[in-house]
Amino acid sequence: MSIVAAPAARRWGLCLAVVVVLVALPHLFGSPIAIAVMNKMGIAIIFALSYNMMLGQGGMLSFGHAVYFGLGGFIAMHALNRLAGGPWAPPVPLLPLVGGLAGLGFGALFGSFSTTRAGTVFAMISLGIVELVASSSLILKGFFGGEEGISGNRTKGLVLWGIRFASDVQVYYLIAFWTVVATGLMYAFSRTPVGRMANAVRDNPERAEFVGYSQRWVRFVSFCAAGFFAGIAGGLFAVNYEILTEEAVGLARSGNVLLMTYIGGIGYFGGPIIGAVIFTFLESMLSDYTPIWLLYLGILFLATVLFVPTGFAGVLMMHEPARRAGRLHRLALPYLAAAVVGLCAAVGIIGLLEMVHFWSAAAVGRTRMRLFWTMLDIKSVAPWLVFGVLAVGGALALRRVAPRAAAAWNEATYGREDAAR
Amino acid sequence: MFELVFFSLLNGLVFGMLLFMLSSGLTLIFGMMGVLNFAHAAFYMLGAYFAYTLTGYLGFWPALVIAPLLVGVVGALVERHGLRRVHRFGHVAELIFTFGLAVLIEEIVQAVWGRAAKSYEVPELLDFPLFRLFSTSFPAFKAFMLLVSVGIFVLLFLVLTRTRAGLIIQASLTHPSMVGMLGHNVPRVFMAVFGLGSALAGLAGVIAGPVLGTFPGMAQVLGSIVFVVVVIGGLGSLTGAFVASLLIGILQTFAVALNYTLTDLATALGIGLSAQSAFADLWTVTIAQIAPIMPYLLLILVLIVRPMGLFGTRET
Repeated sequence: MSIVAAPAARRWGLCLAVVVVLVALPHLFGSPIAIAVMNKMGIAIIFALSYNMMLGQGGMLSFGHAVYFGLGGFIAMHALNRLAGGPWAPPVPLLPLVGGLAGLGFGALFGSFSTTRAGTVFAMISLGIVELVASSSLILKGFFGGEEGISGNRTKGLVLWGIRFASDVQVYYLIAFWTVVATGLMYAFSRTPVGRMANAVRDNPERAEFVGYSQRWVRFVSFCAAGFFAGIAGGLFAVNYEILTEEAVGLARSGNVLLMTYIGGIGYFGGPIIGAVIFTFLESMLSDYTPIWLLYLGILFLATVLFVPTGFAGVLMMHEPARRAGRLHRLALPYLAAAVVGLCAAVGIIGLLEMVHFWSAAAVGRTRMRLFWTMLDIKSVAPWLVFGVLAVGGALALRRVAPRAAAAWNEATYGREDAAR
Repeated sequence: MFELVFFSLLNGLVFGMLLFMLSSGLTLIFGMMGVLNFAHAAFYMLGAYFAYTLTGYLGFWPALVIAPLLVGVVGALVERHGLRRVHRFGHVAELIFTFGLAVLIEEIVQAVWGRAAKSYEVPELLDFPLFRLFSTSFPAFKAFMLLVSVGIFVLLFLVLTRTRAGLIIQASLTHPSMVGMLGHNVPRVFMAVFGLGSALAGLAGVIAGPVLGTFPGMAQVLGSIVFVVVVIGGLGSLTGAFVASLLIGILQTFAVALNYTLTDLATALGIGLSAQSAFADLWTVTIAQIAPIMPYLLLILVLIVRPMGLFGTRET
């Protein structure tokens, strides 16, 4: 075993490492695309973490979190547009704070009545709110800009220390800064008494009431805080893209944040970070390769809900005891077998889906498509047969291999004797 | 004026009965399993697309029967292999599952049938105006829609109140464990009801596809409205679903036909409103423009004031 540092020291060491990595990233991946993806990731991380303050820590399932994200962004953009050039011109680094305060305000407004109840009623009210705001965004054209949205120019903001945010790299550092600050604050919030009570209210509202806390008030506080951080993300979105449309407040964005948070794992503070990174990466990379990338994300999400409800973070943490016991290497072979079989099934399913999609989407008469670096003729039987066998065979084999991997995990986690018992 | 009222009422009735075909299944499923099925409207969309494809091979009438059955089978499979699995993780997990399912079905539809709207047409046999009043005509297909949905309503009512299976379903709504004790296979009843509800949604899709359009967004357009209906009617209450369906259906069609604004109201009351102020949008929108918002306003109001809905007996 290595020398284990004191927890506090280790935490600060982790922070320092994160900052160093964040500073170094644009130097390692300097291409405009990489910067754009990383900017997107930072915004998604704050957004997903704020969402998990409700879903993971407070037990509130919201279908309308984009409302606070979008409204924060819109207010930040209006602040930039209205005040630029005047005596109150806002400095661009503080625009996310404007968005955050707007998110807080709307969170307090909508939260005042939607947090009276938890569970399904809360989810339904959040759905009503998001539909309400999204529909009114097409009516209140003065504020939302109608179909084409509103745009602004971040270089018009007050210039501090000569930074004009003309390049994307400067915006990257701004987003990185806010991501670190917001993550730190949200982590701190989860450690405060009210953050702890949010957990208690999630698990057993009645007992929390008997301890002397109003479950409604605890939910309301979490809700407002989540709105605040979503607004910060929205403000950063406004700074980064310089344009906001009604899509920013819509149901699709609200659904996406649920997807990424859940895939990452709602039970752990770091889960949404993993989820946001994976989601944004897939979103940016997959869309280059296939037009049906959202379908794959949907499958990934549903598979997470069905088979690993703890998400990626949960899977990682599942292996912590085995790592501590130094038995992680025993998992290598069973996991490799499962991975190979799973890959076969995935290739088969992807092949079938891509061919079906090509069948309907391609121009009439075109039957040859490029798939997995080979040319296929979808009118011939061979590719359908190959992918079909891969998919079905892989799935059947996975059913045999998966229990062995699970048994190996049991053994590595609890030791051979305990696992047998 | 009479013409407007008459046709708005008639169209509202058609739309309302269509909503009932969706909301009846949704509310039955909720009443029984306590899960609000987010993917319900996705089954409605599947029905329309299945029927579109089947019409190409077999014609409309066989599709009218086969497509809902197919959707019902899909629904039963989803319950058996998906929902039952997440059930033990609680209601929030179930809600998340059905939400993911709705997303997935929409993406599958886009991958298989493409993003563009499909030209799923009214069958020729019913493609004529049934009657003409003043200057507006009423298409025969809408009458057919009304006929089918009323027929389904009567059938559902008879099955639930007059048959043994219906009694078991009704008993499982309120006392699932007691029904299980009496030797009935409650999980299978759940699966059957889920399949039945999905098939009803599929049938609604088959008959609504030619009128409301067959496109990948059709589930979202109707899905939220159906949610509003079951919540306003009271979750788990069939009577409530029926009343709320008609209410929302008629409200929607009437609102679309009205072009009054707050400015008109103010002028009638002798108040002048400036069209120049920043909030001018607020009092220059017409009732027709805010028609899409009204159901959601109603939803939020009902959930705050009376969470059990109009006819519901319990909170969610």
